[in-house]
Amino acid sequence: MSPSTFLAAEAGDNTARTLTITLFLVFVAITLAITIWASRQTKTATDFYAGGRSFSGFQNGMAIGGDYMSAASFLGIAGLIALYGYDGFLYSIGFLVAWLVALLLVAELLRNSGKYTMADVLAFRMRQRPVRTAAAVSTITVSIFYLIAQMVGAGALVALLLGIRPGTTFLGMDADAAKIATIILVGALMIVYVTVGGMKGTTYVQIVKAFLLMSGAALMTVLVLAKFNFNLSSLLGAAADSSGKGEAFLEPGLRYGVEVADNAKQTFYNKVDLFSLGIALVLGTAGLPHILIRFYTVPTARAARKSVLWAIGIIGTFYLFTLALGFGAAALVGGDAIREQDAAGNTAAPQLAEALGVDFLGGDTGGAVLLAVIAAVAFATILAVVAGLTLASSSSLAHDFYANVVKRGQTSEKQEVNVARISAFGIGAVSIVLALFAQSLNVAFLVALAFAVAASGNLPAILYSLFWKRFNTSGATWAIYGGLIAAVVLVFFSPVVSGAPTSMFKNSDWQWFPLNNPGIISIPFGFLCGWIGTIISKETDEQKYAELEVRSLTGAGAH
Amino acid sequence: MTTDTPAPATSDAERYVEVQRSEDFTRLRKTLRGFIFPMTVAFFLWYALYVILSAYARGFMDTKVVGHINVALVFGLLQFVSTFAIAWLYSRFASRRVDPIADKIAHELKEKGDAA
Repeated sequence: MSPSTFLAAEAGDNTARTLTITLFLVFVAITLAITIWASRQTKTATDFYAGGRSFSGFQNGMAIGGDYMSAASFLGIAGLIALYGYDGFLYSIGFLVAWLVALLLVAELLRNSGKYTMADVLAFRMRQRPVRTAAAVSTITVSIFYLIAQMVGAGALVALLLGIRPGTTFLGMDADAAKIATIILVGALMIVYVTVGGMKGTTYVQIVKAFLLMSGAALMTVLVLAKFNFNLSSLLGAAADSSGKGEAFLEPGLRYGVEVADNAKQTFYNKVDLFSLGIALVLGTAGLPHILIRFYTVPTARAARKSVLWAIGIIGTFYLFTLALGFGAAALVGGDAIREQDAAGNTAAPQLAEALGVDFLGGDTGGAVLLAVIAAVAFATILAVVAGLTLASSSSLAHDFYANVVKRGQTSEKQEVNVARISAFGIGAVSIVLALFAQSLNVAFLVALAFAVAASGNLPAILYSLFWKRFNTSGATWAIYGGLIAAVVLVFFSPVVSGAPTSMFKNSDWQWFPLNNPGIISIPFGFLCGWIGTIISKETDEQKYAELEVRSLTGAGAH
Repeated sequence: MTTDTPAPATSDAERYVEVQRSEDFTRLRKTLRGFIFPMTVAFFLWYALYVILSAYARGFMDTKVVGHINVALVFGLLQFVSTFAIAWLYSRFASRRVDPIADKIAHELKEKGDAA
């Protein structure tokens, strides 16, 4: 069977589909068992929000990898490389270098001075209510954008991964019904993981997922390289030949910073857009709430440092694998066969798995087996990421907004955790509904938007908070709202939302901002807002800053 | 104390101000910032250079090095190498130069707290 008939064979035999579903159900069963076990160990608020701070640096490093390596990384980047060659690699480099910001400037200081959420550090020396409200708004906005993108992605993938094609049905469902069912199933599972297992259960789900994803990607990488006698140059050459674009496929410029002939203005915008995307990727990671709360799951700042070091190793290795997967898919599956399945290239990795299985594991059955394994890993990936996002937003809603804004700190741990569980349920339900409405729209940009908001609003507030003595309540709220609003407004008026053939609303046009990525404007704007907000207010609390600085640098009095 | 409770007892607050002004703490801050700030600027500029070259110096990036491997790929892989190297350097620096001072200050603070 040639790779280009991907999934067609299953119309006859259902091996791959049955196996995918079986493996996925095994993953769900194992993770649910872990979740129930974790729920018995979850007694205090620290258990629920921070997994009892009992994880080791290595365990948390794996979990960070599990939280971070989303379907956008695994399927998205492999697909980008498979279709556009080198430019997909540019994306993964931004995602990796970003970890240095977390390692050098944020992880340890946050671990030392915070308790459960990002706002613990931001509000440390400020007036609690305005700062925690702002932090909760931004946390929930970032997490919901990210969640919707993941859930819509899951819906779009299921039809492809299970081979439900137009005109055929599966368990009585056509492709559209299967999409809706998947979004609801993914949403329901993430609610169960978070409400039942809390941070402990969610962390183990991330660890299992990271292990499966790394193993699957490593296996495919070895097979791809074996196919080319472990010669990188001949893999690249075969990919370039098969892409139909020749050497240009191995060079920057097919996807980002595209040079448009006879249109100097558009070429200029495209190049600025590339830079804008690059800085948002690098500065966004250390402002993502679901990543930040992971640092609270370890006992000390030193363990937080170790977990980032492990995360850098794991994530870096993974992105090197995606390089082989992407170019491997281009060479062995071919761009046309990938586009035929999914115009965005999201099925490149599963299609490659099938082709490799046919070659190495013995014919069609081998192809079906490897396809099923990788498809199940892709579902596991999506599930783990959405669980992490749901936990981050429900923690913030309960700990920041309910306990410290509504109840002004006068609440019991037990009440707070109950509210967190209810919040997880509510946020899960809202995400399911939003994802169902958004499923026919092109929402892939939401991940980049989440990074832009994190870099423009959260990161300035965190850095000023940790390093600038003069910073105050007004500055913190200005930075968060300023960066958040700037990023969202610019994207709303950008070509990703309207006015272009690839827009979310392609038949309308209210676009005036020329870039797809707002970072180059919104990030400096967020920092500027934080500075202006600070100097227009007289408030300053030197004693509290002394406490924050001493605690964050030495670990004295850490939770 | 926790981050959610109101202002701490005065003695606590005074102790932190005292430590913040101490020689040890000033040295700790200077040592740490002396590494993390320049290193952040360095890796950010190094990354920005890579992105800018990818956008504007395509002729250079497209130059072949060996076989089908070009400068763009080597430059990209060097970003991986530099990220791993900076992470390793920081971890070595922190455990040798920062942790001992931080531990000493935290230990003294704890003793003072117990005495008070």
